[in-house]
Amino acid sequence: MKQLLRQAWVWSFIAAAAVWLITITYTRGQGAGEILTAALSFATFTIIVGLGQMLVITAGPGNVDLSIPATITLSGVVAMKVMDTNEAMLVAGIFASLAVAITVGVFNYGLIRLLRIPPIIATLSSSFVVLSSAIFLGHGLRIKPPTSLSDFATARIVGIPWVTILVLLLSIFVGLMIKRSIYGRTLLAIGQNPRAAWLASLATGRTRFLTYVASSLLAGVCGILLSGFSGGAALNMGEEFLLASIATVIIGGTSVAGGRASVPGIWGAALFMYLLVTMLNTFGAGAGVRLVLTGLVIILVISIAGGGEEQRS
Amino acid sequence: MTIKAITLDGVEKNFGAVKALAGVTLRVDAGECLGLVGHNGAGKSTLMHMLNGTLSPDKGVLSIDDTTVGSGWSAAAAQAAGVRCVFQELSLCPNLTVAENARIVHRPLKGFGWKARATALIVTKLNEIFPGHGIQPGDEIAELSIGKRQMVEIARAFTVTDTALRLVILDEPTSSLDAVTAKQLLDYVKRETSAGTSVVLISHLLGDILGTANRIVVMKDGKTVTERPAANFDRSSLVTAMGSAHAAKSTFKREHDFSTQQVLVEAHSGTMQFEIRKGEIVGLTGLAGQGQTQMLLRIFEKRDAKVQGRTAFVAGDRQSDGVFHLWSIGQNITVRSLKALRKMGLIAAEDEESMASDWQQSIKIKTPSMNNNILTLSGGNQQKALFARALASDAEIILMDDPMRGVDIGTKLEVYDIIKSEAAKGRCFVWYSTEIDELQHCHRAYIFRSGAAIRSLAKDALTEEQVLQASFAESAA
Amino acid sequence: MINRSTLRMLLPFLSLAVVLIATFYVAPLTRSYFGLNLMLQYSVPIALATIAQMFVITIGDLDLSIGPFVGLVSCIASTLLFSNPALGILALLACIVAYGLVGALVYWRNLPSIVVTLGLSFVWLGIAVLILPSPGGKAPSWLSAMMGVKLPFVPFPIVAAVSIGLVVHFALMNSSWGVVARGAGGNPKSLARAGWSMLQTKVAMFMLTGFFGVLSGLALLGLTTSGDAHVADRYTLYSIAGVILGGGEFVGGRVSPIGAVVGALTLALAGSFLIFLNISPDWQIGAQGAILMIVLALRALLSPREAVR
Repeated sequence: MKQLLRQAWVWSFIAAAAVWLITITYTRGQGAGEILTAALSFATFTIIVGLGQMLVITAGPGNVDLSIPATITLSGVVAMKVMDTNEAMLVAGIFASLAVAITVGVFNYGLIRLLRIPPIIATLSSSFVVLSSAIFLGHGLRIKPPTSLSDFATARIVGIPWVTILVLLLSIFVGLMIKRSIYGRTLLAIGQNPRAAWLASLATGRTRFLTYVASSLLAGVCGILLSGFSGGAALNMGEEFLLASIATVIIGGTSVAGGRASVPGIWGAALFMYLLVTMLNTFGAGAGVRLVLTGLVIILVISIAGGGEEQRS
Repeated sequence: MTIKAITLDGVEKNFGAVKALAGVTLRVDAGECLGLVGHNGAGKSTLMHMLNGTLSPDKGVLSIDDTTVGSGWSAAAAQAAGVRCVFQELSLCPNLTVAENARIVHRPLKGFGWKARATALIVTKLNEIFPGHGIQPGDEIAELSIGKRQMVEIARAFTVTDTALRLVILDEPTSSLDAVTAKQLLDYVKRETSAGTSVVLISHLLGDILGTANRIVVMKDGKTVTERPAANFDRSSLVTAMGSAHAAKSTFKREHDFSTQQVLVEAHSGTMQFEIRKGEIVGLTGLAGQGQTQMLLRIFEKRDAKVQGRTAFVAGDRQSDGVFHLWSIGQNITVRSLKALRKMGLIAAEDEESMASDWQQSIKIKTPSMNNNILTLSGGNQQKALFARALASDAEIILMDDPMRGVDIGTKLEVYDIIKSEAAKGRCFVWYSTEIDELQHCHRAYIFRSGAAIRSLAKDALTEEQVLQASFAESAA
Repeated sequence: MINRSTLRMLLPFLSLAVVLIATFYVAPLTRSYFGLNLMLQYSVPIALATIAQMFVITIGDLDLSIGPFVGLVSCIASTLLFSNPALGILALLACIVAYGLVGALVYWRNLPSIVVTLGLSFVWLGIAVLILPSPGGKAPSWLSAMMGVKLPFVPFPIVAAVSIGLVVHFALMNSSWGVVARGAGGNPKSLARAGWSMLQTKVAMFMLTGFFGVLSGLALLGLTTSGDAHVADRYTLYSIAGVILGGGEFVGGRVSPIGAVVGALTLALAGSFLIFLNISPDWQIGAQGAILMIVLALRALLSPREAVR
């Protein structure tokens, strides 16, 4: 038990549970199940991009993907546009959308590598272009997703969304990759000490490349599912995921100094973030209070977790 | 009567298990140039950081003008007392100009017209020390050559605004200077000391020390071993004083002939042909930082070198090049062999564990569990884990970057045996080491100086005297 | 023969000249006092936000909250400062102090400034929404008057931007204090060895970011005349891009205040230029991203290969 409590990610679940309990105490148990179901549905999307952001952040200080929101939007728009409410085009739409997302990832890594610029600036400037493409493609359109996609995105089994179950499988896969694949080991090694990783004959370049592509790919998946879930793509659909993706990664116990990833923490943190908002809504708090508290929680968590102290100077 | 500028009495400093200074007593008189010599790791830098206030002694007393300074000794206090340091790694701000860097160390350079005063200050000093230096006060440091940077750094240390100069410590000040500027500096040091300032001169160029210092102190293993007026030393007596008393002998009883073995590494270094054959243990030696690590990296990257076979690197600077600090001992060992541990695309946990425990046995890593974090090990055992990482791998060529730094003698002896038996099995070892004793475990060695190999010494010629003679050459005449 | 480093230094000015000439060519009407005034008026708050960003970049940090902060200032100024000037000034000062505290926190806990300021951006936005839930309020009349001032011969935005650039350039590049601040970005160890406090430097630089953020918010409010929490959301991106376009680098304390202002002007102009080209406004930020990449690519070409040894 003590050992379990020492894991940072356990705390994100404890926090999520505490917030949920406070909320249902306030409502005298009303809607306890509905709140959880809603939390699972909405948190799922954050978890998908959170996994990608986690891989990027694990690659070490300075690595962060700021192009996730733009990629979500672009892939959502591309999917809707190609599918054009047509069931027959469903698969084509998914492939087109994911191909676009992968291209963004390749482009991001290309900028980092060829222009020798920090990932923040590379992903930031590419996000400008990506967002513009989305605005251009999605201009004046609000295409509904094909019924099968929206059915799939909203379907539930015993109160648990199907998408959530799939994302659980995806999370297990990512967790397994990090723990037991050469890619994962290399990523963790780069995050701790890129020079030592290179001297240990690990494929550092290829691993960083795959990491940025994976992050964009997951943003693409999120874009498609979110479009199905909310009845179409919107140009601001990615916006909230910049903070959400980074916040879930950090609250979930992944080290901002790199080299340590936590998949379960992303689940706990995403649920916590959503339930926190639900709690504040239940209390009747306005948007302002919600925003301030969200921001303060992030600053508090990062201050407790600390920055580079694990790295010896 | 001489006035004591600064004295150290019984100063000790430990870094973990490593004793960097083991009770040093040292006196620097006003107006003298004290030469400080000793091998790599003799404790010279630690001593210097102590004087400069960036490190504080674990034990012992530091006093200025016979006044003991206690716990208040800090970088700022040293500045105020007129102690300046020119470090081996330059401490200028690369993004600032020459004049702006002068401002950084002089608080009075502020307010209206500070830039003109800073410019005048540094230009005057540069002209005084290095006439014809060709450095503009508005030049950005990053754009200057390494030699010119060093000139700026030295000149800056001798500039004076509000506090009088008491002591300037120069650590290898001529390492990036050409012969002319080096002579200019040494002449200036003589003028400055006769004007009353004290200078501590650390250099591996014995000619510089003999020609400039009034008194010479020899350090060894964190202690001062000899102290004499410079006039009482000559080159060979100085080399003898630095060396160890016993003459180490090669540990190989039989002659080995590798000429029929396959050549695994082939490269040029300077004018030398560099060649390593299967089964060989080849040392790269000379003074520290003369291009040995660069040679290892060249082989590692297979850049400008013909390399037949896979390589593995054993880091000497464990923290920056070797250890993955979040991982267990086992993971730190298996990281170089992950491909071999794969089953159906995934790393097999049981194979990983058995590899870790096999190597715990064969290299004798002292730990209750290989699943413990790597940092729970002592430095020597961490180093063993790094050896295990390389030896467990499929590499035929093992590159070792001065791997025995800060490792205790017991561990060393164990590792030497393992290296020898692995070499007998056909691996080759390229071993950068500055310790003469260690070279006794090599079949032969290359001596490096100024970035290239300058001599190749066969096993029998690997004596302390030979290596020192080749390493400590005069500054270019 | 112009060498690479001179060319690198001139790059921001060349970029501005290219965009300006292109705009003049495509839309001859802009070649007038009125045209320039209209086209450049928003460059004043953008330039101020860029300068604010530049201060934290000087010491190797990044502020992802400057956009929402500028929005918050516009909300405070259109309500508190309008109705109760004393209280308004106090609130704005408190904001600057808050920035200083964040700087101290970043230093003490050795935190990545990106994450901290990302959280901070929500705090600013939240407070702004609490003060002004929907766009409204009113700019103090002196503010609108100041931003609407008509100068002879040269439009106000140009004069303002150039003066801001020159003043900050003098403070950061020429004053003895500015040397220490830039040195802290270039080689913190050397600063510490010379006995300077890194904590003080960090707090001071963060407070300057806050101060110029306040100025940016006030200038923006003078133009928009009513407050809006979301009015400056894009300023975070603009300010970072402006610093980079102006020749600033992320690490090593290499920045240029005049360059930053020039970068901000380039971004503002690029927006107008695309409109004149009849390119759909959809591509506006995309084009800004592309400009950023082109400039970075040119810079990579012009910079010497990092010496390995």
